[in-house]
Amino acid sequence: MTHWIPLWLHRLSSPPTFYRFAGVVWPWAMALALLTGLVGLYGGLVLAPPDYQQSDAYRIIFIHVPSAWMSMFIYAVMGLASFIALVWRIKLAEVVAMQSAPIGAAFTFITLVTGSLWGKPMWGTWWTWDARLTSELVLLFLYLGVIGLYHAFEDRRQGARAAGFLAIIGIINVPIVHFSVNWWNTLHQGSTINIFSGSKMSTDMLWPLLVMTLATKLYFIASLCRRARSDLLALEGGKDWVRTLATREVPS
Amino acid sequence: MLWRDLTLAWRRRGDITMPVLYALIVTMLFPFALGPEDTLLQRIAGGVVLVTVLLAMLLALDAMFSSDIEDGSLEQLVLSPQPLALLMGMKILAHWLTTALPLIIISPLLAGMLHLPHAVIPVLLLALLLATPLLSLLGAVLVALTAGTRRSGMLLALMLLPLCMPAVIFAAGAVAAAQQGLPWLAPIAWLAAALVLAIVLAPLACGAALRIALDA
Amino acid sequence: MSFTSVHDFLAMGGYAAYVWPAYGVFLLVLLADALAPTVRRRQVLRDLRAQLARQAARHARKDSDTLPVSATVPSALPPRSA
Repeated sequence: MTHWIPLWLHRLSSPPTFYRFAGVVWPWAMALALLTGLVGLYGGLVLAPPDYQQSDAYRIIFIHVPSAWMSMFIYAVMGLASFIALVWRIKLAEVVAMQSAPIGAAFTFITLVTGSLWGKPMWGTWWTWDARLTSELVLLFLYLGVIGLYHAFEDRRQGARAAGFLAIIGIINVPIVHFSVNWWNTLHQGSTINIFSGSKMSTDMLWPLLVMTLATKLYFIASLCRRARSDLLALEGGKDWVRTLATREVPS
Repeated sequence: MLWRDLTLAWRRRGDITMPVLYALIVTMLFPFALGPEDTLLQRIAGGVVLVTVLLAMLLALDAMFSSDIEDGSLEQLVLSPQPLALLMGMKILAHWLTTALPLIIISPLLAGMLHLPHAVIPVLLLALLLATPLLSLLGAVLVALTAGTRRSGMLLALMLLPLCMPAVIFAAGAVAAAQQGLPWLAPIAWLAAALVLAIVLAPLACGAALRIALDA
Repeated sequence: MSFTSVHDFLAMGGYAAYVWPAYGVFLLVLLADALAPTVRRRQVLRDLRAQLARQAARHARKDSDTLPVSATVPSALPPRSA
């Protein structure tokens, strides 16, 4: 079964190797995330012109949309990692799945709150039960359910498998969130940004948005690496490599 | 399997009446809380009955596997040579018969307490007939996942309710449409389609979930 | 440069009450998310060190206790384990 997996990937799934690898990756990812974030925020808040209809309120888009994309992207990562964990029982996949959940929940929360703050001046209401907002709220509950279920088990590995199963069941919601604006009449605006055909947004508003998308992805990588590292330490507490580490490090 | 569960449930007759009493009491709270004005109650009647039935089922769902876990027969089931999915299907059916069916039978009474127009009641019954098994099937998978954990009913509710939302939306949509004299067949059709899908997939998922939870 | 002054920038065309809290939530939530692994890591290492210290103490006690017994009379009791 595993003979088609390249050797470096196989090695990487070993906890001490991943620990070292993530330890190198995360500072760079975080630094780049901060850098691109600053560039994106400057482009969005300062450089981009005010919108013809929405004046300066539209600037919320630069954090709302990337957060929304991340809420869905992270769920997909969590679902894929859970699938790998359930089928092949790879410990690292379990860690990645469970440690992605809080980050995904954070982005979903940000999406809902920033969306609400944007909706009030634009639509006149803090909330409406249209398809996209409701399915995004369901997404938040799914994340919370996964986190809750994971922590309900004494055996962490078993908890990860159960929560991963729940995550996979809920993955049907991700396409619903994405396509909801096409399938139903919603108050939320339709899609303006396409990967293949031209986007309907002007360039000086588009580039900060794309930069912020990159920034949030880099941040996710950094955060996931750090969370996975501490989780591996907790899971592998009895192993030699962890003991050497614990005794070597100066208490901070 | 089916017979065994039904016999066991009959021996605990009190447990069957609990969800029914709960649903009755909760439905009675609404006129007290909102005032007895007919038009208001009529507007919310369909939705209230649906949500009340959903919550009553949620309360009863917890007990689906608990007695079997305690006496160890659940592990026997998982290890038995019969296909686990079939056993799960029977268990879910037994649970639905003892929990949801009584609720469906009293639902006209609940609807009447909230002054739902008589003509709408058949649609309500149909919607409940399709939505409750859907909830049983979905709920069974989630209860299986939490089997044997130090779980609280809150966690189950947190996991189940988001996944139930589509069923509630369609069921309530059908009743609301019927109440306004609009065509109501489309949401019912969606419910039926979802139910068929669930009947096929849920017992399998339930078996898989049990295996995970029991670490088999 | 879309704004003519810092004041205009902060006012956000009159929508400041919505735009700035939105950005605030974004930064605060991500800050909390960034701090969480640090806290967890410290906790895990602290617990681990405490556990190792306890085990080391137990081993030290065992070594100093069992020598007299095994050196003299073969005991009918089962050997003490860690």
